[in-house]
Amino acid sequence: MKRLSVVSKLYLLFVFVVMYAPIAVMIFFSFNAGKSTSDFEGFSLRWYQALLQNDEVLQALYNTLILATASAVIATVLGTVAAVGISGMKRWQRKAINTVTNLPMMNPDIVTGVSMLLLFAFAGRLLGQEESVLGFWTLLIAHITFNLPYVILSVQPVLSKVDVHLSEAAQDLGCTPVKAFFKVVLPSIVPGIVTGFIMAFTLSIDDFVISVFTAGPSFSTLPLYIYSMTKKPINPDINALSTLMFVVVLILLIFINMGESRQEKKDRKKGVRQ
Amino acid sequence: MTKRKGFMQRLLAAPYLVWAALFIIVPLIMVIYYAFTDKNGAFTFDNFSQIAAFTHTFTLSIWLGAVATVICLVIAYPLAYIMSRMKPRHQRFAMMLVMLPMWINLILRTYALMNIVADTGIINTMLSFVGLPPVHMINTQGAVVAGMVYNFIPYMIMPIYNVMTRIDPPVLEASRDLGGNFFQTFRRVIFPLSLPGIVSGITMVFVPSVSTFYISTKLGGTMALVGDIIEFTFIGETNYNVGASMSLILMAMILLCMLVMNRFTDGDEEGLIV
Repeated sequence: MKRLSVVSKLYLLFVFVVMYAPIAVMIFFSFNAGKSTSDFEGFSLRWYQALLQNDEVLQALYNTLILATASAVIATVLGTVAAVGISGMKRWQRKAINTVTNLPMMNPDIVTGVSMLLLFAFAGRLLGQEESVLGFWTLLIAHITFNLPYVILSVQPVLSKVDVHLSEAAQDLGCTPVKAFFKVVLPSIVPGIVTGFIMAFTLSIDDFVISVFTAGPSFSTLPLYIYSMTKKPINPDINALSTLMFVVVLILLIFINMGESRQEKKDRKKGVRQ
Repeated sequence: MTKRKGFMQRLLAAPYLVWAALFIIVPLIMVIYYAFTDKNGAFTFDNFSQIAAFTHTFTLSIWLGAVATVICLVIAYPLAYIMSRMKPRHQRFAMMLVMLPMWINLILRTYALMNIVADTGIINTMLSFVGLPPVHMINTQGAVVAGMVYNFIPYMIMPIYNVMTRIDPPVLEASRDLGGNFFQTFRRVIFPLSLPGIVSGITMVFVPSVSTFYISTKLGGTMALVGDIIEFTFIGETNYNVGASMSLILMAMILLCMLVMNRFTDGDEEGLIV
C-alpha cells in the first residue's frame, strides 16, 4: 500500500471539511445565548434547558422509540421467517418474490408513502369510517413494510452460506426439523438477523417522508415534530436537539467501530486472513 | 417425507407473502386506481390533463436531480478511490466520517445547511467581516442542488468505495507490468471494474433527489419540485386523485431513467442496486 500523495490528502480534507462545516456551525450556535445562527452573543445552555422542558419533544422522542422498537421487532421476526421459507423455494419463485421485496426500496419514498395513504384511505372508506384512520397503527404498518426488505436482504446472504448438511446431520442424530433449525441454523444466521434489526431500527427512527403521509394528527414522531418545528422562521432549540442527536450517534458509531477493530485484532492473532 | 418438510419450510414465507401482497402490491394498485378515477370513483383521464400545467415542474425536478447526481459522482469517485488505497485502519475511520452525517435526520442536515447559506448566515457574515459584498445563495437553484449533493453524497461514495476495495491490487500491478500508464490502467481496468458501483450510486442519489420535497422548500424558497407538489396535493388539498396521477408519472419517469441506466451494465450485478 503506497502512501497517499499530498493532493489526495488535501482533497480528502477538503471534502470532509465541507461535509462537516454545517454540522459544526450548528453545534457551535446551539450554545449561543442569543437567537441568531450567525452572531454569537455569548455562551449559554438556555436552548438545552428549553428543550428538556418541552413536553412535546419528549413525547415525540418516546413515540419514536416505541414505533422503532415495535416495527423493527415485528419486521425482524416476519422477515427472518420469510427468508427461511423463501430459501426452500425454486429459483424462479425466489426471483419473483425478491422483485416484489425490492419494490419499496426501488420506489421513491414519497411514492411508497402516498400508496400507503391511498390504501388506508380506501380501507377507511370501505369500513365506512367518517374520520381519518391514520394514527399509530397505520404508521406501524408502514414502518414494518419499509423495514421488511432490509431484514430479508440482510438474512438471505447469511442463510445461503449455511451448510444444508449440518441441519440434515442434526436430524440424523435425532433432532426434529424444528429443533434442528433452532439448534443449528438459527445460531449461524444471528449476525444477519442482528444487522437486519439494527438497520430496521435506525431506518424507522430516521424516517420522515413515509411518516408524513401515514401519520395522523394524533401521533407525532421526532422527525415529524422537527419538520413542523422548522416551518417556523427562527428556532435555536433545533440546534440544541440536533447537537444532542449528533452526539448520541457519534458515541454509538465509535462503539461499533471499536468493536470491529477489536474483532479484527483477534482475527489477526488467530492468523485468520480475509 | 422430504417433500413434506420442504412444503412446511416454504409455508414459513406465507405470512410475509400475505403482508407483501396487502401492503406492497395493493397500495400500488391503489395509486393506479385513484389516478384513473374521479372523486366518485368513476373512470376518467381528467387527473392527467390537470397535471399538464406542471410539465415544467417535472422537467425541472429531473434536471436538478441529474445535475446533483453528476456533481456527486464527480466529487465521490476520486474520494472513493483515495479511500480504497488507504491503510485499513484509516479506511474504517474515513468510512465512519462518510456515514456519520447519514445518521442525522435529513431535515436537520438541510436546516444546518440553510443556516450557513442564508443571506444573514455565517458565510455572508464572514464575507462582510473581510469587507466583501454579500452573496445571495439561498432560494436559488444552486442552493437546491447543493442541498441534494450535501444530503445524498454518502449514497454515491459507499457503493463506489465498496467495488474499489474489491479490485485486487495484483490486477493493477499486472496492468502496469504490461506497460499501462495510470490513465490506461484507469480506463481499461479501474473504471470498468467500478462500473457496478457507479450505477448503484447514481440510482441511490438520483431517485431521492428527483422526488425530494423538503430540500427544495427550505433552500429553494418558492421553487416547487414534483415532491413538493405531490405533498401539497395530498396533505394541503387532500386531492388524492390528482396526487395519485402525479405519483404514477413520477414513478414511471424514474423507472424509465433506471431502465436507460441499466442498459449501460450487463445487469449481472443486480444485487448491488439496492
